[in-house]
This record gives sequence, C-alpha cells and structure tokens, in this order.
Amino acid sequence: MDWRCFAHALAFAVCGVLAVPAADAAPDYPPVLPGATLRFPADGGAHPDYRTEWWYVTGWITDDRGVERGFQVTFFRVRTGIGEDNPSRFAPRQLVLAHAAIADPAVGRLLHAERSERELEPLAGAETGATGVWIRDWQLAWGQDHYRSRVDAGSFAFDLRFDPSGPPVLNGDKGFSQKAPDPKHASHYYSRPQLVVSGSLRVDGNTVPVKGRAWLDHEWSSELLPEGARGWDWIGINLHDGGSLMAFRMRDERGGSMWSAGTLRAAGGAVRALQREQVALTPQRRWRSPRTGAEYAVEWVIDIDGRRLELRPLMDDQELDSRRSTGAVYWEGAVRLFESGREIGRGYLEMTGYAERLRM
Amino acid sequence: MSRVLGRIFIASLARRRLATALSLFAIALGVALGLAVQIIHAAALDEFGRGMRLLAGEADLQVAGSREGFDDALYGPLAMREEVADASPVVELEVRLPSHGRSLPLFGIDALRAAHVHPALMPQATEPGREGAALAWLQPDALFLSPAAQAELGVAVGDRLDVVAAARVVSLHVAGGVPGARQGRALAVMDIAAAQQLFGRVGRITRIDLSLKEGLDVAAARDALAAGLPPGVEVLTPSAAEELAAGLSRAYRVNLTMLATIALVTGGFLVFSTQFLAVARRRQEFAFLRALGLDRGSLMRGLLVEGAVVGLAGGLLGIVLGHGIAVVAFAVAGGDLGAGYFSALSPALRFDPVASGAYLLLGVLAGLAGAWQPAREAWHMLPALALKSGDEAAMFRFRAHPRSASACLAGAAALCLLPSLGGVPVFGYLAVALILVGAVLVLPILVRGFARIASLLRRPLWRLANARLAAAPGQGVVAGAGVVASVALAVAMAIMVASFRDSVDRWLTAVLPADLYVSASPQGTSGFLDPAVLGRIAALPGVSRTMPLRFDTLRLDDRRLPVVLIARPLDGGKLLPLVGLATPPAAGEMPAWVSEAMADLFAVATGDALVLPLGGKSVTFRVAGVWRDYARQQGAVAIELADYRAVTGDLVANDVGVLLAEGASFDTVAAAVRDIVGENTVRIASPGEIRARSLAIFDRTFLVTYAMEAVAVLIGLFGVSTSFAVLAIARRKEFGMLRHLGMTRREVGRLITLEGVLTAAAGTALGLAAGTAIAVVLIEVVNRQSFHWSMDLTLPIGGLLAFAVTVIALAGIAARVSGYQAMRGTAVMAVREDW
Repeated sequence: MDWRCFAHALAFAVCGVLAVPAADAAPDYPPVLPGATLRFPADGGAHPDYRTEWWYVTGWITDDRGVERGFQVTFFRVRTGIGEDNPSRFAPRQLVLAHAAIADPAVGRLLHAERSERELEPLAGAETGATGVWIRDWQLAWGQDHYRSRVDAGSFAFDLRFDPSGPPVLNGDKGFSQKAPDPKHASHYYSRPQLVVSGSLRVDGNTVPVKGRAWLDHEWSSELLPEGARGWDWIGINLHDGGSLMAFRMRDERGGSMWSAGTLRAAGGAVRALQREQVALTPQRRWRSPRTGAEYAVEWVIDIDGRRLELRPLMDDQELDSRRSTGAVYWEGAVRLFESGREIGRGYLEMTGYAERLRM
Repeated sequence: MSRVLGRIFIASLARRRLATALSLFAIALGVALGLAVQIIHAAALDEFGRGMRLLAGEADLQVAGSREGFDDALYGPLAMREEVADASPVVELEVRLPSHGRSLPLFGIDALRAAHVHPALMPQATEPGREGAALAWLQPDALFLSPAAQAELGVAVGDRLDVVAAARVVSLHVAGGVPGARQGRALAVMDIAAAQQLFGRVGRITRIDLSLKEGLDVAAARDALAAGLPPGVEVLTPSAAEELAAGLSRAYRVNLTMLATIALVTGGFLVFSTQFLAVARRRQEFAFLRALGLDRGSLMRGLLVEGAVVGLAGGLLGIVLGHGIAVVAFAVAGGDLGAGYFSALSPALRFDPVASGAYLLLGVLAGLAGAWQPAREAWHMLPALALKSGDEAAMFRFRAHPRSASACLAGAAALCLLPSLGGVPVFGYLAVALILVGAVLVLPILVRGFARIASLLRRPLWRLANARLAAAPGQGVVAGAGVVASVALAVAMAIMVASFRDSVDRWLTAVLPADLYVSASPQGTSGFLDPAVLGRIAALPGVSRTMPLRFDTLRLDDRRLPVVLIARPLDGGKLLPLVGLATPPAAGEMPAWVSEAMADLFAVATGDALVLPLGGKSVTFRVAGVWRDYARQQGAVAIELADYRAVTGDLVANDVGVLLAEGASFDTVAAAVRDIVGENTVRIASPGEIRARSLAIFDRTFLVTYAMEAVAVLIGLFGVSTSFAVLAIARRKEFGMLRHLGMTRREVGRLITLEGVLTAAAGTALGLAAGTAIAVVLIEVVNRQSFHWSMDLTLPIGGLLAFAVTVIALAGIAARVSGYQAMRGTAVMAVREDW
C-alpha cells in the first residue's frame, strides 16, 4: 500500500501529472474497476497502460552475528503520457524509479539511495508477464518460484532472495483496493507477506550473509490521490504465527482519517478484508526530525476489529530525506507489533505528508 | 653613481625628446600589441575551455561522432558497460531563431541522467503555478534557457520562442532556466527525445558523456570502450577535445604575436639608432668624463641604463595601452579578433600579471639590446683620442658583410624547406627574420653602389654625396636599415594579403556556380530541406537545375578535429577549384576530392584510397583530386551527392544551389521558393551577395593584421626620419665647413636631401626585393603550414611603386627638414665648435 509514498517520492513529477494534465491530449489511462481477476505470475509483471505502478519490498534481516536491520527496496513505474507518438528510443513514455534503504540501529538513521530513468532497453524497464523491473544493475525479478533483488548503492549493497511461503494475498475486494469514499480512487493491489529472505548485505565495506522475513506489495492504478488528501499511514506486518496484517489510513489536511482499510490473513491462510470501520490507527509517541523539523508518530495503537495492538519502531530516526534529489521526505521504517506486551510480528510502517510543505 | 647617472645619462634622454619619444613609443607599441593579443586570446581560450568543460561536466570520456550524430542504439550498451559509472546522451544542435536572426546552441539531454554527468546543464522548471518539474523537463515543447540566453533574447520563463526545425517554424514554451550554465553562456536545453523528434534526428545522437567507475585507468577504459564502436565514432577525453579546438586558432595567434614582435624589434632598432647617434655626438663629453675619473664600466652601465629606462617606460606605457587595446578589441571585434574562432563567446577581461610582467621585461630587453652596441662602443673608446674632434667618424666605419649576408639568405632558403613544429611554422618565421638581417647586411654594398652610379653625373653635389656615402657608409646604413625593414615588411604584407584576397575571390567564384542559393541552415544545424521540398524547388518554372548540398562532419580519428563532409553534385570534380593534377578514378570506384588542409593533415594524395565513415560504415573512396578551400582549416572532403545518398540513404539537404533557366528572373524564382518553404525558415542569396559577405568577413579578419602592420611601418618610417635628424645635427660642423667653402644654405640643403634620397632609394629597393622574398615565404611556408592553404602570388605592382616613391620622397623631406634645423645657426658658430 505504498503508492502514496511514491506520490511523494516523485513529489514534483507525479503531483504534476495529477494536478495539471499534460498539454497534449492525456492518454487514455484504463480505470481500475472491481471484478477483475488477477492471474499469476502474469499480473506480477508490469501493467504499462496504467498510470502508476510499484513493487515494494520491506523486511527485517538478521546477519550471522545476530544484528537485526530493516531494508526497503522499491521500484516505481509511471506512464507519463508524454511522447506517446514519438518514435525516439528516448521517448519518456514510461519512467522507472527506485528507492533503496537500510535501517541499521548502529548507524541510527537510514542509509538510502535512489535512481530514476526513462524506460530504455537495456538500462531500465518493467517487464510484462512476470515481475521483472530494473534500473541498470538494480533489479527485482521473479524467477520460477522466488523473487530476487540486487541493489548496489555504493555505501551499501544487498543481494537478496525472497521465497514465498504462500499464495499472493489479494487486498480489498479480490485485489480491488478502494482508497477513498469515491470508488474511482482505487488500485489493483496484492501483497506477498511472509517472504523468506536469504542472501547477503554489504554495509561499512563488510559483506555478511543475512536471513529474515520480508513483504512485497504490488499495486497499479490510474487515478491516485483523492481531493484533500494530505498524507497517509500504512503498515505491513508479518505475524510470528505465520499470518499477516496490512492496514492503512488516509489523512486529510487536518490530520483526520479520511479513509482506512486493511487485510488480515490468518496463519491458516484465511484472508479477511477489513473495512473502514474495522481499522483504526491512533498515533502515540512522537519524534521530531532534526533535519526537516517534521514530527512523526513513531509509536501507534492499532485497533483491528476489536483487537488492540501496539506498534514500536526499530529506531526513531527512519526518515528518508531526499530533498536534494527527488524532494521526497517520508518516514519508512522497521517496526515491531505487540499485543498485550508480547511481540506478535515485525514489519514496516510508512508515514508521509508530515514534513513541511515542500516547494514544488 | 646614481646621481651621476641621473644627471649625465638619463637627463640626456630628455634633451633629445623626439628621438626618445619615438623609441619609447615603438617599444610601447610592440609591448601593447603583443600583450593585447596575449590577453585577448588567453581570455577567449579560457572562456572557450571553460565552456567546453562546462558542457563536458564531470565526464571522464566523451563518445563523439559527426555533426549529424551517430546511431543512438550505441547508448544503451555503452551505458551498461562494466567501466561506466554514469552515461549521459546528448543531441547538440545550433537552432536557428527566425525572429531574432541568430542561432542558439541547444542541448537535447536526458534530465534524469544529466544530474550525474553534467549538472551544469540541468534544467530547472521555475514557471509559477505549474507543478511537476520532472515531467516539465520531459514535455515535448518545453525549452529551458540559460540566464544569458534569456537576457540576450529578451525572453522570460513562460514566454514562447520560435525555432526553425527542418523547414518549419515551431513555437516552443520557455518552461524554465538552466541555472548551472555559466554567466554569459547563452544556451538552451530540452528533452533529448523531444529534440530528436522535433529536429528530425530520431535515432541519432551527437555525444555520449561517460563518467567512469572510480579508480579506473582512463586511458585503458578509453581503449576498451573505443574497440566496439563503429567507424566515425571516437572516444575522447574532454581535455583532448578542448586542446583540439584550441589548436585550431593557434596558428592565427602565433601570426599576430609575430606581428607584435616585429613592432618590438622595430622599437629596439630605434633605440639602437638613437643611442648610437647620441653616443657619437656625446663622444667628447664621455671622453671628458673618463678623463675626470669615470671608469669605463660605469660609462657603459650608464648608457645601458639609458636604453633600459626607455624600454621600461615604453613597457609600462605598453601595458596600459595593451589593456586598453584589448578592451576596445573585445568591444569591436570580439574575443577572436574578428577571425571567427570563438564566436558567441563573451569572455571577461582580466589584468594578467604574468603576461604583463613578461612583456615589460621584453620591453626592457629591447631597450637594453638597442643600447648594447653603442655602449660597447663607448666602452672601447680611448679618451685621449676621443677628446679630439672628428673621432666619432671611427664609429661609422661599417663594413659590408657580403659573406654573412649570403649566409643569411642561404639559411633562409634552407629553413623554408623544414616542416612546421606542432602546427606552428617556426622555421618560416626564422626565415623571414634571416631575410631581414641579410637585407640589412647587403645595404652598405648597395648604398655604395647607388652613390657610385650617382657620381657618374659628375656634378659637384652628386659627387659630394658619393664621397660622403662612400667615406662613412655607416651613417647611411643606420638610417637605411630602418627603411629596409619597414619597407620589406610592408611590401611582404601587401603582397600576401593581395594574393590571398585575389585567390579567395577567385575561389568564391569557383565554389558558387549556381545563380541562387537556398540555405536552410546558414548558421545552425536545426534546419534542413527534405526531398519533397527539394523536388518542388526543382520543378519550379525558371529553374534549369538544382544542386542540393549536404554538410556533415566526419571523425576520421581521435587525434584531430573532424573534417567537413560536403556532398553535392560535382560533375566529376568540374565544379571544384582543383589544384594540381586530377585523375578520374576507375569505373566502379567512388571519387572523393580532398581539400588542401585535409591532404596535408591526413597525408592523402590524388590516387590514394580514402576510407570515410559514412552512416556508421567504412566506405572506400578514391581521391580524385585536391581542391583549394579557404573556409575549413580542419580539412574538408567533397563527394558526389549521388554517392552520399546511395551509401547513407539520407535524402535531405542543408542548402540547395539553383541554376536559372535562360531569361528567368532571380526575384521571381526566389519568391517562388519562399512560397514553398515559408518566409522565415531559409535564407535565399545570390552568389554575388555571398561573395560580398565572404569578402567582408575576409577583410574583417585581416583588419587587425592591417592595422598592426600599418602602425609598425609608420613607426619604422618615423624612426628613419629621426635618424636623419640626429645625423644632420651631428654633421653641423661639416655643414658649417661647406658653407665656408662657398656653398649656399640651399645647396647644402639639396645635398642633404640628395643623400637622404639616395639612402632611402637603396633601402627601398632592397626593401622591395626583401619584401617580395618574405611574401613568398609567408605564402608558401607560413600560410601553408599554419592554415594548409595555398594561394596564387599576386603582385600589386602599381601600389608597391607608389608606396616606394612615397617612402623615398618622405625620406628626402625628412632629411631636408632636419638639415634646415641643423643649419639654423651661422656657419661661423657651427665651425667654431671644433675649436
């Protein structure tokens, strides 16, 4: 459920698309309608007709000495509506962007890097037919029965394999995920929770083997932000019992909840879509970023259909500040989920729209 | 010593104000001209280099091809290479702006990539109310202008700007700025895909800038990357590219510096002649000082200081003047002194302490060098003898040096056979210097010869003049050497420029065979004529034939600048100004005609096979002839348009020459062409207009040369007249004696005039001969080696004769005037000085 992050990551770009249609006739972006059936692995690939799409992997990894870290790797695809009639190989019909980050408590803040390219063989692209998206040597791809992602950002690098332990979890109504009261604000959205992670991580020049659990979100849509949305809060948690929990809320300008929803998958595999009234995310302890001055709720109480859960971060400072490049500022971090004081799961929390309003 | 110095030596400079002032001014001029050339070119080159570095950004290597670019499919694989950290593709164009009557460099870039490789070109969408910079970068009609471009064009963000694309005018939206572009650099940036589509260049890019992974050996990476590239595409280091471009103007700079040196040498010579005569005049004074106890070392030092003071003062004045000239030249002619090497640059002028110091030193050295020989003379003087009157005649016992003279001339001839050093005709310039020295050494012989001929008239005045010149040829030589040098240089320049202009004129006629020229890209590369337009022009009534022209550049290797490719109908070479023998190639071979510069630079000759990278392939041509080209110093190759089209499949043209049918009117056809292509997209000109414009450019280029040369010659002639004046004063006693013997003042005046005319005639005759020889060296060696073009020798005989007569007459008048000055006193007073 990370499309909003994407919107902010490309604060300039996407808001531009949304706010002002291209001077030329905008292309016909297909609408997201309920009732479509998602098929795999085909729907794991790109849907280039839709305006935006992303593959978002977050997770916890532990190295051979027992050090725990969070990681994030995201690939975005956007159909710009520009140059659709241009025969040039550089025609910017599709852009591919990527963010990668490591949350290391020993560092105390995120290590992160990003890339953006127009789709152009062999530099960057998003394949159809199965998950396969890359920007030069950064990639995320499905092969036979697992995903693999490689990222080398200089200061850190990882090469990870993700083995699913179950079928894709379709969010919302069989993968139709409504984002606002008006059903035209919706996406096709499925998650791959409980991915078994194995591979290697390089930080501080040392390459270490790592293991862990991860979560993949894949979402595509044409009509994004509802009017008046200021930001959002989202979690994706792998529960220790084998189940998984996804929940989000969208905030209005005053910080109130405009919309919320979630998906709870039981250890046995039964999937429950949580409706707006069954999900409540309530901020608790706050932390102020010394860099941006933004204040984030780093601890939360989450009410899921009568169950009260508590969310605490791996570390407070997991703000991703890329104002110098794409301009996005958001909090994307590893968190633990507790119930009655007992840790019941680990995953990622994302909060956007808290920073000072950016110059756009 | 210092007080003595001040009173005796430096004060003496003030006593001969005119002579000192002229020496000083000549040195100042030499210093000023040299320094101005240095400052202007340093500033222009600096700006040029900075511009190239700005565009190269952080790139370690640049992959470059021809002006029209290379296959953009190379980009992806190159960017993915192991060695490459970042790659940025660029489409470079000169876009014509029809409403501004100028062109603007435009860079089609991938803004998502450029940030890593050349941040200076990053566009910034600043238009208020329009969010979405990343997408604003990519909009197909979005243009980003550097601050200088906005200011020069008077366009602001949010305005629209018309550009010529192919043969259309397209309106683009100024969506923002290019804040990283350096102050004063006018340029535009737009998305690479949009630029390709708009300007008909889909599939082609002109450059890929690469930054390498850290720690890689650039040279090794360069070789590895170059290995896989198609012909005509090379991998360059940005500094090499900068050097290549700067090298193009080197010969021109050296030429101008040489002219400045001539002024400086003239200054040194004037110091010599005035010092020499002053020492002669002050001989008794020095002998007296020596008798009073001044040692010979102090005397020599004092005289050297005199020269150095003149040099220093001239140098200081020259530094001020030089900066002034540079400011004026920048304002009037631009950073390239009108030669077109650095057009569109507006460099900032700065005080250059190193160059100024160096030229000041040169000024002092010129003064010292001029004073050296007279000072030595004073050092050798025996006080006892010198106290007696008339001893100074010993100083004028110049002997002719026929052996040295012939050695100099032979040396000059030998030097002409040597090749250039690093593109600079060092030996050619040395030969010029040797010819001058040789001519001056011949002068005493010639002066005596002239006097002897004069004495055949057997009239007392003539015989007196003969006796005088035969007895003391040194005096004649001192004055005449200035005449020789000035006349020789003036004549050489006049002959060379006349030959050059004449050859250019004939060349223009040869390369402009059509009656009407339609140019789609007179300044830029953004316009062209497509086959449909060409067909419609050919079908116009009144058109008997069209000759489309296609221009491109070809990169033959990575060590030299790309050569210009000209593809047009050539009728088997008949439409080219060929030099030497042409051999038509065998059937089945494609002919190519190379320019003289290309023949020199790439060592190709008629009959050789020539491999040209056309359309990404290596295509073999046969050199069918060499043609003269004054337009492209880096070399050019002409091929038949039909061959070009067959090889590349490229059917568009940059220009088209139109031959009119019998009785068709230029204006009617021009109007019909305008109807086809639109009012603003092309420029239509008659060959006459193009010729006039080209010759105007030619004259502008040589304007600076003319001006510098004229000033140097003028100074030389002034120097001659001061020499006469000083000589006349030195001979007051002699004139007094002649008066006592019964000659009238008038007759003495005529004697002086006659001597002056004889000396000047000898000097002028020698100057004419030496000047012609120098002109031949300039044409055959200096120009050939500097610019690789030949020209036909043209002697502007009428002008030269008029000039010679003027010089002789001026010398006569100068002698006469100075003679009158010398005879102002009474004869008795003049003679009394002896006792």
